[in-house]
Amino acid sequence: MADTSFRETLIRLRYKWSFQQFIAELLQKRWMEPVVPFTAAVLVVLAFAFLIPGYLTVGNIASTGRQFGEFGFVAIAIAVVIISGGIDLSVGSIFAMANFIALMLFNMYEVSAPVAIMATLGAGALMGAVNGFLIGYVGLGAFLTTLVTMLIFRAILNLLILRYSVEMAISMGDSRVWDWLGGGSVFGIPANILILALVAIVGHIFLSRGRPGWYIAAIGANRKAARHAGIPVERHLFLTYVISGVLTALGGVFYAARLNSPSSDTGVGMEVLALTAVVLGGVNLSGGKGSIGQSLIGATIVLVLINGLVRFGLVGGATSAFLGFMMLLAVGIDVKWSRNRNKAIEKIYVVPTYFKLGKRHDISPESVSPYALNNRLRDAEAIGLGKLDGPEDVIFDSDGNLYCGTREGFIWRFSGKDLQTQEIFARTGGRPLGMAFDRDGNLIICVAGMGVYGVRPDRSVYKLTDETTRTFGKVIDDSRLVLADDLDIAPDGKIYFSEATLRYTAHTWATDALEGRGNGRIIVYDPATRKTRTLLQNQIFPNGVCVAHDGQSVLFALTWACRIERYWIAGPKAGKLETLIADLPGMPDNINRASDGSYWLALVGLRTPAYDLAMEDPGFRTRMIKRIPNDEWLYPNINNGCVVKFDGRGAILETLGDIGGKSHPSVTSMREERGYLYIGGLSNDRIGRVKLSGVDENWNGPASYWGNRP
Amino acid sequence: MADAVAIKDGGSAAVKMSEGKFGLGTLSQETLVLATTVVIFLACALFVNGFATLPNISTLARSVSVLGILGVGMTVVVIGRGLDLSQVAVLAICAAWSLKLIGLGYGLAAGIAMGLGMAVAIGAFNGFAISIIGIPALFTTLASGTLVYGIGRWLMLDGIITYAPDNQPFLLALGQGEVLGIPVPLVIFAAVALVGHFILSRTSAGRFVYAFGDNAEAARLTGVSVRVLTIGQYAFSAAVAFLAGLVTAGSVASINTNVFSSSLIFDVLLIVVLGGVSLSGGRGSIASVLAGTALIGTLLNAMILLDVQGDVQNIVKSVVLLGAITLDRKLHPRDEETARQGDL
Repeated sequence: MADTSFRETLIRLRYKWSFQQFIAELLQKRWMEPVVPFTAAVLVVLAFAFLIPGYLTVGNIASTGRQFGEFGFVAIAIAVVIISGGIDLSVGSIFAMANFIALMLFNMYEVSAPVAIMATLGAGALMGAVNGFLIGYVGLGAFLTTLVTMLIFRAILNLLILRYSVEMAISMGDSRVWDWLGGGSVFGIPANILILALVAIVGHIFLSRGRPGWYIAAIGANRKAARHAGIPVERHLFLTYVISGVLTALGGVFYAARLNSPSSDTGVGMEVLALTAVVLGGVNLSGGKGSIGQSLIGATIVLVLINGLVRFGLVGGATSAFLGFMMLLAVGIDVKWSRNRNKAIEKIYVVPTYFKLGKRHDISPESVSPYALNNRLRDAEAIGLGKLDGPEDVIFDSDGNLYCGTREGFIWRFSGKDLQTQEIFARTGGRPLGMAFDRDGNLIICVAGMGVYGVRPDRSVYKLTDETTRTFGKVIDDSRLVLADDLDIAPDGKIYFSEATLRYTAHTWATDALEGRGNGRIIVYDPATRKTRTLLQNQIFPNGVCVAHDGQSVLFALTWACRIERYWIAGPKAGKLETLIADLPGMPDNINRASDGSYWLALVGLRTPAYDLAMEDPGFRTRMIKRIPNDEWLYPNINNGCVVKFDGRGAILETLGDIGGKSHPSVTSMREERGYLYIGGLSNDRIGRVKLSGVDENWNGPASYWGNRP
Repeated sequence: MADAVAIKDGGSAAVKMSEGKFGLGTLSQETLVLATTVVIFLACALFVNGFATLPNISTLARSVSVLGILGVGMTVVVIGRGLDLSQVAVLAICAAWSLKLIGLGYGLAAGIAMGLGMAVAIGAFNGFAISIIGIPALFTTLASGTLVYGIGRWLMLDGIITYAPDNQPFLLALGQGEVLGIPVPLVIFAAVALVGHFILSRTSAGRFVYAFGDNAEAARLTGVSVRVLTIGQYAFSAAVAFLAGLVTAGSVASINTNVFSSSLIFDVLLIVVLGGVSLSGGRGSIASVLAGTALIGTLLNAMILLDVQGDVQNIVKSVVLLGAITLDRKLHPRDEETARQGDL
């Protein structure tokens, strides 16, 4: 026996922390997208630093930095265009043209530097506007149009250089601003890098926070949908190319200030470099996705690579070969990745762990166990039969009206003689689960997918909380409430509620059982301070919550662990957690007070030997999830349950069952009210009513909490 | 009865609509381009000195043949809603490598076979990257062109210019010879155009290219093996580019790899698009390439005779193309409801 437990310990440790889950969560983060290019950039720099002596000298860094300051603008320009779903091949020509215009204005016409710069940017905007007009308003294809304008701008530039080169060679402007742009620095940071950083930050805010930026991305992601949404597509495409022209011209200005040379081969092939940079940075080529940061990371990789290859002494051909190779590799990975990312996440999302359930009681009707099943629920009187779709929880107000929440998101109310009048009391918009009445008669509801909401007696719905404190060090943001399940209210007004799981939704909650991992938590909301705080983490599907009769502790059910826990909130043991009932014969759901000072407990389903065994073998469950379709997975039995009564010390008092599940197969909640027990079920079509014998015929739920109303 | 009347009305409305376009809409683009060519040709013959001479016509034919050959390859790819920007790199590197191998003594047949093999391999790789990996054609061929050029310059060739080896009259004949008074390049262009026309209009593969270009998803669902088809298109385009390279090598007895950074690929796109082959696929034919080649050839020749500067020539070509695609857009307006995402 000893080595069995040792083996168990090993398995338990092996599956305690999941690297796979960490990866799956990591992959879902948006900021993960540029991590691969960023790592590549760092690796490339490091590789060259090791391979080339003197690579990381101040001089080399400074000169690469200045090149980066010019190239970065072009990379941003092309990124903006690609995000809009287009392409701009004319950037190289616009860059060269801007270089020439700036030099001509500054040197030949001796215009002051700021005016020359503004005029050059204006010229860039104009060239971009030509592209934008043809692509946005005329509706031509971006590729052909910018290919044509690339040729036209280049041809015009060559003609201009031919005409003015002699005059430009003999004149020379002089300006401190100009010199600072070309060679100045602040604290050792080149001037153009400073401006680039500024432009990048402004551009990032523009793209990710501003309305035009959102529109541009929307057009790139789906032009038709953007048009249907009323986005002025033409105008924004035009704007995109103007932005591209201005940014490229800005790069050209810095180039002009640095080198002072109006050569005709300036910017030749720059569009390929910039495209490679953007692709390496991870900007999605089909449009709609990408950021300025990504394009700058890509620009870094390209420049460092070219610089390094040149310092290796490789001929021009090698640089081309590397560029082509990198571009193919980057786009190939990008295409494959964006196509298969969700599939990959799906494959590794469910992460089973080791969990050993205790002994399973004999619950057969012949057994003498307190859990012995009977048929007391079978002949329950049906309320709302066929008119209710999944009343997960049922509750009575102090006037004896019955409420339940259904799949459509409605709260139904039954009132009048024999509860025959059925009406919609409120609409929540989510999936209402557990309910409780507070001191003022407001109905407080856990709404799956939304949070904790309240309904006032005048039927108005209001929000109590939909987020809690974020767990420090957790990859995914767990502050939002995903699946608030059941709640109860302590005498001081604090609302204790359970969140069953953070990883699954109201539709996929049963898959959480296959993990057997503590994905849920117990949270407390204090209406006085409006603060929400997570009390207990890593609970295995915490479900029903009930404040004990004395108000000193909170009882909650752990569904997959088949346990009832008690958490002390007052008295000498405050803050302590202990197990009240272990090894239930089924999966516990809601817990509610009984009139005699004990508690009712709904078992949503009964344990089966196969499921118990599967929980001890995480490897088996992993293989099952990977290899067979999910409608053939071994799920826990949630088709057949019962109601159990237990006292404050955890002793089982009686059981009410429905063998064969004729009217109440799976039970998720029950409430005692004036001598009757009312039964709810997550996927049932009715509320059941059973007469109880020997109980207080005047007992009412809210009165047990808040006293009888005057 | 009421239905029949409605149909009749609809029919006459359609006739009226097409009449309202002054017959422009009913004319195919290649007819339009050919008519323009004839007009320009006649104008040049009348007003440009030395245009309507036999030697000049022969020079014109020689000079546009390479462009036309490349255009046939490009057309096949573009009709299949693709794009092959790696043609010029294949032309330069594969042909130059062939010359080098022949010069090293591998023999004419072996040298050409290896060059052709390399070209087809590059084309097949393009098709693989596009249809199986799923990289857009524009980026695949842009990158593979750069890659091929880089590897060629870096590892395979010795300098910028590779000269044709001596004593290879066949090679030179490809560029400089004449058959029955017709320049060989023109004969090769005609042959390539015929083969292209035959494939596109008479074989099921050719019809599938149209189907795929028109609606790729529908073609796939119909059972066309679209991946093999795509690979075949790009392999054909690369093989044709290699042939164009041999013709180039023959006419000037050398290959200058700097042709890679010239605007040659732009000229190829120019003749293809000008003739009415739509970049969104499924539209056009080899006749389009012939029309486009004729127009651009005439225009270029006239400009050279008029001693127009190269940059001005570029501007003229660009404006012509811009005019053509703008006119095309006006005649076939973009339907925002059915336009596909990612149309370039």
